[in-house]
Amino acid sequence: MKPGLKNPFNLIVTGVGGQGNVLASRILGNMLALGGFQITIGETFGASQRGGSVMSHIRISPGSTWSPQIPKGCADAIVALEPAEGVRVLSDYGHDKVCFISNTRPVYPAGVIAGGAVYPPIEEIRSGVLSLVPDALFIDATEEAIKLGRPILGNIVMIGALAATRLLPLDRKKFRVAADKIAGSDSLDYNLKAFDAGRRLFQTAMSRRSRPAYPVTRRS
Amino acid sequence: MSLLLKNKEGDKRLLMGNEAIARGAIEAGLAVATGYPGTPSSEIIENLSRISRQAGIYVEWSVNEKVAAEAAAAASFAGLRSLCVMKQNGVNVASDFLLHLAESGTRGGMVLVPCDDPGALSSVNEGDARFFARMLEVPLLEPGDFQEAKDMTRWAFALSEEIRNFVVLRSVTRLSHASGMVSLGKIPRGRTQAQFRHAGALLDPESGPMISCLPGAPQFTHRRQQDKIRTAREIFETSPFNYYEGPRRPEVLIVASSICSLYSREAIAMLGKAGKKCGLLKMGTTWPLPEKFLQKHLSSAEKIVFVEEVLPFLEENVLMLAGRWTQGKGPKSYYGKNSGTLPSYGEMNPDLIAEALGKVLAVRRRPVRPESFAAKAGAFADNAAPRRELTFCPGCPHRASFWSIHSALKLDGREGFVCGDIGCYTLAAFPTGFNSLRTVHSMGSGAGLAGGFGRLRAFGLRQPILAVCGDSTFFHAAVPALINAVHHQADLTMVILDNRGTAMTGFQPHPGLPVNAMQESAPPVEIENICRGIGVETEIRDPFDLKGTRDALLSFLEKKEGARVLILRQACSLSPEKKKKNSFKVRVDENACRGERCGCNRLCTRIFRCPGLYWDNRKQVARIDDVVCAGCGVCASICPAGAILKEDAV
Repeated sequence: MKPGLKNPFNLIVTGVGGQGNVLASRILGNMLALGGFQITIGETFGASQRGGSVMSHIRISPGSTWSPQIPKGCADAIVALEPAEGVRVLSDYGHDKVCFISNTRPVYPAGVIAGGAVYPPIEEIRSGVLSLVPDALFIDATEEAIKLGRPILGNIVMIGALAATRLLPLDRKKFRVAADKIAGSDSLDYNLKAFDAGRRLFQTAMSRRSRPAYPVTRRS
Repeated sequence: MSLLLKNKEGDKRLLMGNEAIARGAIEAGLAVATGYPGTPSSEIIENLSRISRQAGIYVEWSVNEKVAAEAAAAASFAGLRSLCVMKQNGVNVASDFLLHLAESGTRGGMVLVPCDDPGALSSVNEGDARFFARMLEVPLLEPGDFQEAKDMTRWAFALSEEIRNFVVLRSVTRLSHASGMVSLGKIPRGRTQAQFRHAGALLDPESGPMISCLPGAPQFTHRRQQDKIRTAREIFETSPFNYYEGPRRPEVLIVASSICSLYSREAIAMLGKAGKKCGLLKMGTTWPLPEKFLQKHLSSAEKIVFVEEVLPFLEENVLMLAGRWTQGKGPKSYYGKNSGTLPSYGEMNPDLIAEALGKVLAVRRRPVRPESFAAKAGAFADNAAPRRELTFCPGCPHRASFWSIHSALKLDGREGFVCGDIGCYTLAAFPTGFNSLRTVHSMGSGAGLAGGFGRLRAFGLRQPILAVCGDSTFFHAAVPALINAVHHQADLTMVILDNRGTAMTGFQPHPGLPVNAMQESAPPVEIENICRGIGVETEIRDPFDLKGTRDALLSFLEKKEGARVLILRQACSLSPEKKKKNSFKVRVDENACRGERCGCNRLCTRIFRCPGLYWDNRKQVARIDDVVCAGCGVCASICPAGAILKEDAV
């Protein structure tokens, strides 16, 4: 029995098809499995996800197999690779104590590009989320990945930020093993840089806070 | 080394359901695996194909599911263990052969794995392939978790050999595409020698010929088939894959199969104290049903709730048995899809089941979060999270193809229409493909329907008729329809969207490519050779050449009689050879873009709608999102002001 972690701990990774949601959830799942946890990952992929919303449900348990779908309102942490998707998931699965970390870079839906629908400015999304979840965190993951020369690595930057919360046992050593296995050794250096960048972004964001937000109080 | 070949018995690994099924087959000593790609089934054959050389197995992406079933059956007839994998719709295609195979029986263990997609998460429809098991009169297994996905697959081969018939192992999206922990078993050594023994007596199951329909002999073959299913029922009575958990006399007994057993267990936990009155009867062998086992457990409770996806298969089959039990035991209350307690469409989940159990138990669940939060977050999401409709990817050749098809039909002006087919391009029924498709049904049906329309000129039909299909779909089911159209002189233009692979499901090879599932080189069967060989005028264009494509279409539409083929060839933007390699660096000259004043009605962002483009509200000009843009350069050809510029990417 691993003490201290809710059973099951419910983690949701969300984003838009093509952002590397599935890869991120596989890496996280494998890191946690290395830590001896019993993991179930529920996700969907295929043609229906082309440009659509995607979500991975990761159930983390000391010893039992949970279903691949988290009940509504029962997420313990939400990692959003895309801010509007984070809002969508927060509404269905969140609560005021959830750990919420979101990328700031929008991926505009076709309806917004076409002009029919409106995508609010990121500042509006940020303040709306903060009024719901005071400890929510927004980080410029894609901008950081662009600096590394690989915009797609926004997903790995987000994993780094989640790791830095220390809510889950996600250390760099486990990341190295899991990323090497899942994403391949060719991209390991870049992935490690992105992971470190995510951890750094989290620390910087925290140091600007007036009060320490993490580790947040977990719901029982 | 691949996880599928690790011979470390007892090692616990995180496996996708489809990987677990593949591993189970390897642990059973699999020799031959065949299938046709289809979500959520594709990763089973994909994983096996990657290890084919090391494992000494033969793996084939067959041209369609019927041929896949035939290839797997041949291996079984020769004494080998074979696996045949397909999505729900594939069973429809294979069913003609399977109905015969069930009667001739099999020799080496043969397992058919259909993967259903409840909720149609990645399908055009949601099916329930379990009904085939009953119609085919063969055993049906439904793994309830990841460990069972592996263990039941391994066991299914032994069961198949014991009863000398193939066994159906049904998975669903939330098992196939979900991941969970699996404890590995042993991988056997050695290889079986293939030999088809056919010289024995006509009905000798060991060495006779394999013939399904002996004239006037159903009393032999059909009866023998039904003896097999009775044997399976006896075996199922003591199967460890059926078990009960809960109090000795529950108020409510839940009967669940597949992934619904995990949802049900969670729903019971969600009900807290009230959940302690519920018991769970988890069924892994769902056809034929083990009657004595079910009778024993159903007698423990008065209220029975069935939880399954999608249709009430388990429910109705149990009720059929229960009709015989009422005498002496008194009637029970049954809840499920027939009572309206749970829906008979869409996916199940723990919330739906907890709500249904709450109704049956007459208890109210405590909300898991403050209702004020739910209301406030819901209202915020309505504004801040705009709906995300499905679109073609940035750089997708289909967007360019349908741009040309759409404009050619508009220029032609006779209310022409497109009969669609199954692939990513099915999305062309929606705005991303300019609402071009006006019919969509099963694989190959676009060509078949277009051929039917193409014969209606005698009844005054004057509209031009187009059919589209992908390269893999062409081989799968469109060829007979095209031959039919040629022979019957139907008027149609068939557009083959050749994006060089079975792209939607992950670039599995098809007979048109110079490579097979095992990555060996293979002779490609060229689409144009087939079309020209059956006498069809055939042209080939690059869909990124908008003008050339439109002109070819217009000249075909002008010819009013007979069948013509236009092959639009350009690799999928996600294909391994193209991914992350942009042909062009694209940018918008903001001085040249005249925005809303242009009169183009924002052709690029409002109509063309590539996700690589967006509208800068502040400056009132179009822009390229460099992170999203795939650099195909097509948008540069559509801008009437010439404001979108493309330069060769370095």
